[in-house]
Amino acid sequence: MSETTSPNPDAGPVVGTARVKRGMAEMLKGGVIMDVVTPEQAKIAEDAGAVAVMALERVPADIRAQGGVSRMSDPDMIDGIINAVSIPVMAKARIGHFVEAQILQALGVDYVDESEVLTPADYANHIDKWAFTVPFVCGATNLGEALRRITEGAAMIRSKGEAGTGDVSNATTHMRKIRQEIRRLQTLPTDELFVAAKELQAPYELVKEVAESGKLPVVLFTAGGIATPADAAMMMQLGAEGVFVGSGIFKAGNPAQRAAAIVKATTFHDDPDVLAKVSRGLGEAMVGINVDDIPVPHRLADRGW
Amino acid sequence: MRCVTAPVIGVLALQGDVREHLTALTDVGAQARPVRRAAELDAVDGLVIPGGESTTISKLVDIFELREPIDKRIAAGLPVYGSCAGMIMLAQEVLDGRPDQRGFDGITMTVRRNAFGRQVDSFEAPVEITGIDGGPLHAVFIRAPWVERVGAGVEVLGTVTEGPAAGRVVAVRQGNLLATSFHPELTRDLRLHRYFVDLVRT
Repeated sequence: MSETTSPNPDAGPVVGTARVKRGMAEMLKGGVIMDVVTPEQAKIAEDAGAVAVMALERVPADIRAQGGVSRMSDPDMIDGIINAVSIPVMAKARIGHFVEAQILQALGVDYVDESEVLTPADYANHIDKWAFTVPFVCGATNLGEALRRITEGAAMIRSKGEAGTGDVSNATTHMRKIRQEIRRLQTLPTDELFVAAKELQAPYELVKEVAESGKLPVVLFTAGGIATPADAAMMMQLGAEGVFVGSGIFKAGNPAQRAAAIVKATTFHDDPDVLAKVSRGLGEAMVGINVDDIPVPHRLADRGW
Repeated sequence: MRCVTAPVIGVLALQGDVREHLTALTDVGAQARPVRRAAELDAVDGLVIPGGESTTISKLVDIFELREPIDKRIAAGLPVYGSCAGMIMLAQEVLDGRPDQRGFDGITMTVRRNAFGRQVDSFEAPVEITGIDGGPLHAVFIRAPWVERVGAGVEVLGTVTEGPAAGRVVAVRQGNLLATSFHPELTRDLRLHRYFVDLVRT
């Protein structure tokens, strides 16, 4: 955790520090964050043991099916969700759309997801996340992307995966890639870290911190295509610290039961006996789409850079 | 090599910032280990309930049948420390929680969940703790609870001193049970963990 951004310990109360932003994500570890589009779904998620809900106007599978520009949710819907549950509420803003983020902060959401699932608002710049009191989570497909988002102020990182597919293969690729690149940094002598920073297009100080600690300075979750308890457990075994589930719950046959099963599988991700037990009798999983069948221009993980 | 007399302290590892507590406990000389099963609970001399989402932890405690074993150990005098969600889990009464949310049979107190507000209100501030020398602790409050009422035998160890929440109780102890609204495990100040390990040792 970065100490440089912490305030003087003798000063009075201070809000919006890197420590409280990153710390909030630490409290979500080992938990499941679920996409919801209505207060009713938010209640089902909370009842199932979600550590937080993500409010959005359409789940990724519907965004994919219906097309069109996808934006921040209606503030009335977000208010409805905030009032329906007592767990933290996250909401998505378009990449680069700092005004959507300002609105979400004003609404009192607990975390903003600057998300590739929505249509980007800026193809050059991401949001300056340091300028906000509310913390941000951002997607990444590799270590360089994760470090650039952290440099911009992201307090939590998630793999992108390929949202709305129910196909976990891209999330697997992204988690493996990030972890592999971290392991590689740990083997490099100091002089080669300068070049590594250049290649990763990330600040040297941050690259050095990751090389020394062997982990990102913020929490790393997984997202994109998780549809079953086994998917969630596999991502945890691959090094994710928690799980986002999007379309996988409310596009499935029995959302409440599936949501609860994914929560249990995330906690006991390394215990196959528990996993076998919780995987039974869940009804139909979301039908899903193979990532390979999606034309490249329609892949969400390629948004953001 | 570890000293053989180092107490074994478990961290309830169902959800939350387990790793930070394990690290802090190890750094002050305890043998720290995660606890997710009743059998693992049997082997510990003390228990930490970490920060996290209290409604989720409460649910998982029931699902994985840890409530009764933990209540039994508490009744038998097991030292337990809870931070934030852990404080909520140690409270006999919780306000603004879910209706089905239940803590352990712990400290005679009423806590209010998310009392300081939402995440945008989360803050850092110095807090003086009775029994801990060396100046105030740098306390990190994240969607934190506060203690609204305490019963007989509960010692108030710390309150917020400045800002809109000045005077609110954020650290308490009742016998072997210790709870804070804030997260010492998110700082490098190990005094509170040392205080708890000393409590386990005695």
